[in-house]
Amino acid sequence: MDLNYSPEEQAFREEVRGWLRENLPADLREKVSTHAHLAKDDLQRWHRILAARGWVAPSWPKEWGGTGWDPVQRYIFEEESGYAGAPPLLPFGLSMCGPVLLKFGTDEQKRRFLPRIYGGDDFWCQGYSEPGSGSDLASLKTRATREGGHYVVNGQKTWTTLAHYGDWIFCLVRTDAAAKKQEGISFLLIDMKTPGITVRPLILMDGGHEVNEVFFDDVKVPVENRVADEGMGWTVAKYLLGHERMNTARIGTSRRELENLKEFAATQRKNGRALLEDTRFRDKISRLEVELMALEITNLRFLDQLRGGRPPGAEVSMLKITGTEIQQRLTELMMEAAGPTSDIALAQRYCNYRKTSIYAGSNEIQRNIIAKMSLGL
Amino acid sequence: MKFDYNEEQRLLSDSVRRFVAQDYGFEARRAIVASKEGMSATVWSTLAELGLLGLPFSSDDGGFGGGAVDLMGVMEAMGEGLVVEPYLSTLMASRCVAAAGTDEQKQRILPGVIDGSIRMAFAQGEKDARFDLDHVQARATRAKEGFALEGEKLAVVHAPVADFLVVSARSGGKGISLFLVDAKSAGITLRSYRTLDEMPAADISFRNVPCTLVGTEGEALPIIEAVVDFATALVCAEAVGALKYANDATLEYLKTRKQFGVPIGAFQALQHRMVDMVISYEQAKSMASLACAKIDSAKDAAERKRVVSAAKIRIADACRHVSQESVQLHGGMGMSEELKVSHTFRRLTAIAQQFGDADHHLERLARG
Repeated sequence: MDLNYSPEEQAFREEVRGWLRENLPADLREKVSTHAHLAKDDLQRWHRILAARGWVAPSWPKEWGGTGWDPVQRYIFEEESGYAGAPPLLPFGLSMCGPVLLKFGTDEQKRRFLPRIYGGDDFWCQGYSEPGSGSDLASLKTRATREGGHYVVNGQKTWTTLAHYGDWIFCLVRTDAAAKKQEGISFLLIDMKTPGITVRPLILMDGGHEVNEVFFDDVKVPVENRVADEGMGWTVAKYLLGHERMNTARIGTSRRELENLKEFAATQRKNGRALLEDTRFRDKISRLEVELMALEITNLRFLDQLRGGRPPGAEVSMLKITGTEIQQRLTELMMEAAGPTSDIALAQRYCNYRKTSIYAGSNEIQRNIIAKMSLGL
Repeated sequence: MKFDYNEEQRLLSDSVRRFVAQDYGFEARRAIVASKEGMSATVWSTLAELGLLGLPFSSDDGGFGGGAVDLMGVMEAMGEGLVVEPYLSTLMASRCVAAAGTDEQKQRILPGVIDGSIRMAFAQGEKDARFDLDHVQARATRAKEGFALEGEKLAVVHAPVADFLVVSARSGGKGISLFLVDAKSAGITLRSYRTLDEMPAADISFRNVPCTLVGTEGEALPIIEAVVDFATALVCAEAVGALKYANDATLEYLKTRKQFGVPIGAFQALQHRMVDMVISYEQAKSMASLACAKIDSAKDAAERKRVVSAAKIRIADACRHVSQESVQLHGGMGMSEELKVSHTFRRLTAIAQQFGDADHHLERLARG
């Protein structure tokens, strides 16, 4: 056992860090570290800078632009990017639709969509949840009826992140109402400019506009936009969800936020001294810091297993649960540190981060997954 | 970055695990605990034969030059088996001798430790000291030969079965020193008892007890801190083994105990609690690995203290969480003295406190 990074890994980290120092635009870094709103342009600008460097889709096969990094290198890259304050790379194209196409797509679909995902030309969003289908995703009702060379899609998706930026949406739709609920589902790629699509904002409790309702009213989708066979959508969906959970620990970002919290708590005063010196508050920070240290090692232990050839299993769910609990606690302590003079932005961020234990498979669903897959319950 | 044990480490921990499985089963352990001494001389010889007592000493001292990482798998196996023999106590006391003792002291002690003929205890704790290592009021004064020791030490684990003690005391207004004491010396009175986790222990009073100085007079605190940090990292690894047993036993119970016509593990209320126990275990295991790695590689004492304290905080929290839940999920059976899980509960509860509870280490982390 050796918990130190190898000289090669250390050199790789230096390379990534140096490159980020040179190439991460100061205005983007500033927006990220102050939690300012990131516009579509901001997200796409960073995407394209990484694409130009060849680092935007590390896990893809090399022929499609992947870097050939091993899991630990990918982790180092993500950790450094998060720690440096780089804008997030949205997963919908790069980590969801891309891997799905690579696994299930036809050659024609790969050629058509992958280069545009890689280059950041198309902004993708995810059409999964519906008003009646959250954790029980397979109960979805949006239906697609085959009419010649097209499907006609009717129904509604909800909680659709950044659909108002979206050029394309991948959707789970029901193509066979008579089949068992998991078996009648198909996976369609839909151009957001198609007539019949309406996007309506859902404003969250922090006042922000991230998510939307998307309505489909007789939307015509060419049959060649279906990925995998008709009725295979649930298989595709499960594959995609495995990818969705891969990078939810967000350790680099949490490390940066923890440093911010300590710096901020050092500037706030209580009983005539820095809040950071207050035993009660300090202990809360320390426990959180310990949890983050532990998560970092746990994450690396799992990556080491992955590198040794073991497929990812329920471990990913564990990282999601603990990672999001830490992220939430950070925003909570930041708000607490601000106290009665509370900066409204900090309070809003606390509100906003309640989402993390709900999205991408609620933390209760993750516990079900661990109980079933890893404990055999 | 590598997390697997190497071949030697794996062989060693496998041999301890095999020994525990064959010769240190729950019934065998019960008999040992019920015996007058509260430990087994046969087991102790076996530990020596397996090479475990020589493992952490340098080859100059007759050992194999192992570090904390080399001992991790061994401690995990001992934790699973709830081994009560004075392994960690002996390592702590003899490590003081190895670190600071004279050649003569080393000659007198280390070969015997390594071959299993000498058992030791580390006498540090005192009234009102809680976990502070520099709260020492025992005194040593210069005598015709060596020193004479006066004072009280509390809750010295394994003192009743030790041949030699290493004792911290103040002398000549020079701060804290360490002294080597033959446990059979006149002037030593033991008030012996068993700890919550069934270890033999004693409160000791020293009246004019002859002893020899270990190391430089008044400069023992850094050595004590290093030895206690070493032991803390190892007890974290031991906790990982005990946590694993508690989780394995609880999971097994969830799958076999039936109520309302189904295994109780079919109930989501219990599944989620079991999952949280597993998460606690994984997080604790990560911190134990980190602590042992830093014992071997920290660049200075500050880094070592920071990581060991962080680890002990997480381990203490995991010990409390998993021990309480393992009893709860076993229902009434978890309360029974007849199940190993209740003994594991006791050991985990003790480990949460041993070498400093979470509050103590939170304080040390904040100071650091």
